[in-house]
Amino acid sequence: MAAPTLSATGVSVVIDNRAILDSVSLDIAAGELLALVGPNGAGKSTMLGVLSGDLTPSGGSVQLDGRDLGSYSHLELARRRSVLTQENQVSFAFTAAEVIEMGRSPWLKTPQLAEDDEAIAAALRAADVGHLVARQYSSLSGGEKARVSLARVLAQRTGIVFLDEPTAALDLRHQEEVMRCAAELAASGRAVVVVVHDLSLAAAYAHRVALISGGQLDAVGTPAEVFTAERIERVYGLAVEIVERGGRPVVLPVR
Amino acid sequence: MSRRARGITLSIVLAVVLVAGVLLSSIIGQLSISPSEVLGSLLRAVGIDTSLAPTDPIVESTLWVVRFPRIVMALAVGAALAVAGAVMQAIFGNPLAEPGVVGVSSGAALGAAAAIVLGANVAVLANLGSWGTAVFAFVGGLLATLLVYFMSRANGRTEVVTLLLTGIAINAFAGAGLAFLLFIGDTASREQITFWQLGSLNGSRWQEVAIVIVVAIVGIVIAALLARRFDLLALGERNARHLGINVEALRIGSIVLVALLTGVAVAFCGIIAFVGLVVPHIIRMAIGPSHRSLIIASAVGGGVLLVFADLLARTLVAGADLPIGMLTSLIGGPFFFYLLARQRKRSGGFA
Repeated sequence: MAAPTLSATGVSVVIDNRAILDSVSLDIAAGELLALVGPNGAGKSTMLGVLSGDLTPSGGSVQLDGRDLGSYSHLELARRRSVLTQENQVSFAFTAAEVIEMGRSPWLKTPQLAEDDEAIAAALRAADVGHLVARQYSSLSGGEKARVSLARVLAQRTGIVFLDEPTAALDLRHQEEVMRCAAELAASGRAVVVVVHDLSLAAAYAHRVALISGGQLDAVGTPAEVFTAERIERVYGLAVEIVERGGRPVVLPVR
Repeated sequence: MSRRARGITLSIVLAVVLVAGVLLSSIIGQLSISPSEVLGSLLRAVGIDTSLAPTDPIVESTLWVVRFPRIVMALAVGAALAVAGAVMQAIFGNPLAEPGVVGVSSGAALGAAAAIVLGANVAVLANLGSWGTAVFAFVGGLLATLLVYFMSRANGRTEVVTLLLTGIAINAFAGAGLAFLLFIGDTASREQITFWQLGSLNGSRWQEVAIVIVVAIVGIVIAALLARRFDLLALGERNARHLGINVEALRIGSIVLVALLTGVAVAFCGIIAFVGLVVPHIIRMAIGPSHRSLIIASAVGGGVLLVFADLLARTLVAGADLPIGMLTSLIGGPFFFYLLARQRKRSGGFA
């Protein structure tokens, strides 16, 4: 495995005297797709916030390429990692094209500016939003907004990509396409961290899965290692059956 | 029409209306002056003597002592207020944020009125002269903006109801403060304060115009330089941060900018509300929300609006100089209703 680009060591987050995360350690390497899974309120989004530099952990540290994450400036970070947040509202009547172009703004006044057109065209294709560019962002449906925002994040072309529930608002085909797109990003040498709820979807595309439960890292490893019927039943409180399809586990609730 | 074509059309329309407004304001008034005399006088001022130049010294002094400073003041104040509105809307992410509506103008007016009433008694203020009023207006406006901002922002979003309610509270408080100052002030101060409340460009002098112009130009240039950041802010604070924007610094800088632009306008011309609401809104409808062009076009549009509003203010009733603040509110009030109704239809009101 390649040397880790991002590594969290003993990260804790305490908000209002409540431990949201309790000494979680996690390495993310270039070229891998890591899925963060866990029940609602387990601390997945908080972990994503810590890894992306939005949140300063109350304890522990996060190192990006050997440097403390907190020591990077806003712009330096913007050139190293991009984040797709869960909610993506846009004020004023910006078009989808304008929103996607905004993803290029960290590269203003750099040689990478020359890639603008190509990066945007590639992002449009990958997120399947070419037909939406002229539309006003606020007039799009929830799923279309999510895909336009994904295109904005892809256009940013950073080495690390965080996607917080990118598939939540999407239909079946687009869910698959977004996960395939995330896998392609990883294949091109980026580190990709995806928060997903659909365990089978995570298992089908992720190289590694980190299962977070009650603010702690319950397990991390390949999907087959992490997704055992016993563990999922314990963490989610729901009996499941694990079926294998093409070497990947499929998680089915026992009904 | 593409946005580019609309932008070019808007530039041409604004330029034509601007020249027309300046020319009309120069020739219309108690003393009628012909357009050729205006042109001749302007040419003479830049060192070109022509036969067009007015021979009557009264015409010459009417132009240079009364009308020109007033026109330039209208342009500068209109530009400052419109840009203050555009910047405020950018940082609040809401088209209803406007210095007059949310109480920045009345905060600034309270500061200015305090300077006037205290001015006679406090030596430092008396020495500062016009600048003292401006500084106090700026401080009053700044306090009001900070208050509005921290009251109505939560979790990176503006709560529109809180925003407007904060505006009501600040306007009420500043109104009471002004009433108190009216009560304790002497007759001269009272007249000045009444003038502030209504807003007027009457009696603009070149020294004051110079202050307003310097502040307005500096403010507008800074706002235009920040434009790209304002665009990214439309994505929400978190996303703007992910794209490399130092949101906290941008926010504080913009608040100072709004207070500066509003404060200087209010300090010399009183409360002229709704310019910052109406102008950016119309510009956005014409050329879209991108802030670079929005801010520049709003500056010109605000200036044009006030030149025409001031022309109306001094010619609508023969021999009387109506308060311009009254006129802009007369137009701006119904426009605000229209915006409310529109937002309500689209998103089911403000929840």
